[in-house]
Amino acid sequence: MANAEPASLSPTDRYRSSNLWLEALRNLLRNPSAILGMVIVGLLVLTALAAPIIATHDPIKTMIGVPGETGRLPSKPPCIPLFGCEEPIHILGLDLNARDLYSRVIYGTRTSLSVGVITISLSIIAGTALGITAGFLGGRVDNVIMRLMDVVLAFPALLLAISIVTILGPGLTNALLGITITFIPQYARLSRASVLSIKEQEFVIAEQALGASPLRIVLGHILPNSITPIVVQGTLGVGTAILDAAALSFLGLGAQPPTPEWGQILSESRNYLFTSPHLVFFPGIAIMITVLGFNLLGDGMRDALDPRLNRN
Amino acid sequence: MLTFVLKRLTFSIPVLLGILVVTFILARAIPGDPCIAVLGERASKEVCESFFRRNGLDQPLPVQFLVYLRNFSQGDLGDSMRFHRPVMELLVERLPTTVELGLFALLFAITVGVPLGVLSAYRHKSILDVGTMVGANIGVSMPVFWLGLMLAYLFAVLLKDTPLALPPSGRLTPGANPLPFYEYMGWVAQGEEPAGILIFLSRINTLNAVLTLNGELFVDAIRHLILPAVAVGTIPLAIIARMSRSSVLEVLNQDYVRTARAKGLRERSVVGKHALKNAMLPVITVIGLNFGLVISGAVLTETIFSLTGVGRTLVDSITSRDYTLVQGFTVVIAAGFVIINMVVDIAYGYLDPRIRFN
Repeated sequence: MANAEPASLSPTDRYRSSNLWLEALRNLLRNPSAILGMVIVGLLVLTALAAPIIATHDPIKTMIGVPGETGRLPSKPPCIPLFGCEEPIHILGLDLNARDLYSRVIYGTRTSLSVGVITISLSIIAGTALGITAGFLGGRVDNVIMRLMDVVLAFPALLLAISIVTILGPGLTNALLGITITFIPQYARLSRASVLSIKEQEFVIAEQALGASPLRIVLGHILPNSITPIVVQGTLGVGTAILDAAALSFLGLGAQPPTPEWGQILSESRNYLFTSPHLVFFPGIAIMITVLGFNLLGDGMRDALDPRLNRN
Repeated sequence: MLTFVLKRLTFSIPVLLGILVVTFILARAIPGDPCIAVLGERASKEVCESFFRRNGLDQPLPVQFLVYLRNFSQGDLGDSMRFHRPVMELLVERLPTTVELGLFALLFAITVGVPLGVLSAYRHKSILDVGTMVGANIGVSMPVFWLGLMLAYLFAVLLKDTPLALPPSGRLTPGANPLPFYEYMGWVAQGEEPAGILIFLSRINTLNAVLTLNGELFVDAIRHLILPAVAVGTIPLAIIARMSRSSVLEVLNQDYVRTARAKGLRERSVVGKHALKNAMLPVITVIGLNFGLVISGAVLTETIFSLTGVGRTLVDSITSRDYTLVQGFTVVIAAGFVIINMVVDIAYGYLDPRIRFN
């Protein structure tokens, strides 16, 4: 009987958990701002995937000496065909190196989305591993790990990322690594807190009494039970990570030219703000819409996955 | 209360020590030979050896760390490689710009954010509420540097010839050379070297203008501060407005607020006296947490508005590989950040006894 118990528990568990996720999805679809967030993020993913189709030009190709091009640099406002402009060649005009701005912004979606998702995934993996280890082992290990996290949190995030990039050298990969480190403590704290609350619960103690290995307990019980807050925090984190990466690129520490990255495009053209403001305007709008999409989605997910709110 | 303060103080010490260890390691982890970085490619072996001896770099790492600790506690952050001056001196000179910018940004965020949040909670689901929340969502999603550039374009180019025009760069109108308050008050004779703290305070232009009763200087300083402070303050504003709104909403639904209404108190005293007092606690924490955002924002906006504060100096030093300066500025900012967080925690404990006794 004792052996049969976990087996008889698991189908119910699965049934209840699938129901919980379905319920969360239903809640998410009832929340208008979450839907808006999903639509924005969805469109951005599509844009990133279909960039070669949507973009009209090669994002890093200079248009000087190309047949059919005037080779004119962007001293005048962008030529937007929608507003009755006669030359529908470059939707948002050319940048300072005579590259097609529209195509650069479109390809920038790829860079920003991947930076956001990669940094957050890496910091979730590292943070949860640290947090679960700390919470599960307790004692001295817990103390060392969490004090280290306190120290990382003691630095203003962007400043720490800047210091790390200073040492590693400028570049997108190093910027990514710097930002990842600043995000780790959040996930370590979150997962440690869930471990501590779940560790003492009866079903875990029962599992331990049955002789389950610590790894099985962590993977089978602790991880699934602590995933919700981490997913919510992660979605909100993608937006912040994109902002941080753009800031580092803006300071010349992240993506290097000619990579199409929004912060980098802004940085290149900011000295021409007074003569060609459109060069600064569009990449900034792109950053804002992307971050907004992830923030709305994250907020909506928090509302949908919070069981306390469901009862209302 | 005293036990709480002491407890909080002892909690900060390991974190401060951790910051020192991390910055020490970061500085040692920099690739390349520090001798060549400072003295150039052609420095001979003998020259480098004496350089190492002079800077204590021939000592074992733990000894180096202790020396670093001793120097730090004496306010010696080393000499900047680029400016050939003590880092501390540069800090005294440039930190006031950042402090002034940060304080005005926070002031803007609080004075606009808190009333907006409270009003939208009070008029829950009204147009004002929806508008504030949409605005707050957009506000937290905006890149600080982009907002700064857009503000500069709007107020310095599009509104150039209107009364709304604002200067897009610098702290004062070029050529302005304000008299420091310590000379105005006759504390320090002209040409004499004043104490660091006096230099620091006199470089906070608005404070210096008030102390020297110079109205024109005050207006000029404020006009130059508005655009960068709005840029830095927008994200904290959005966060503070959101927090105040949700906090007031929660409090307004509580029994004691209903009781206050039931016993016939005027609406103003229900909201002002009963609800707001309790609702402001989480808001204070959020304000404390925003100091980090303000510092990050200052790093980005100082570059845009040509303000020579710690942020811009730091960024410029990175490109010129001035490691002592980066290390010194980073450690001071991080230590300041820890101290501010500690003060906020203590204030929180003072306002909410439950925290103190938990």
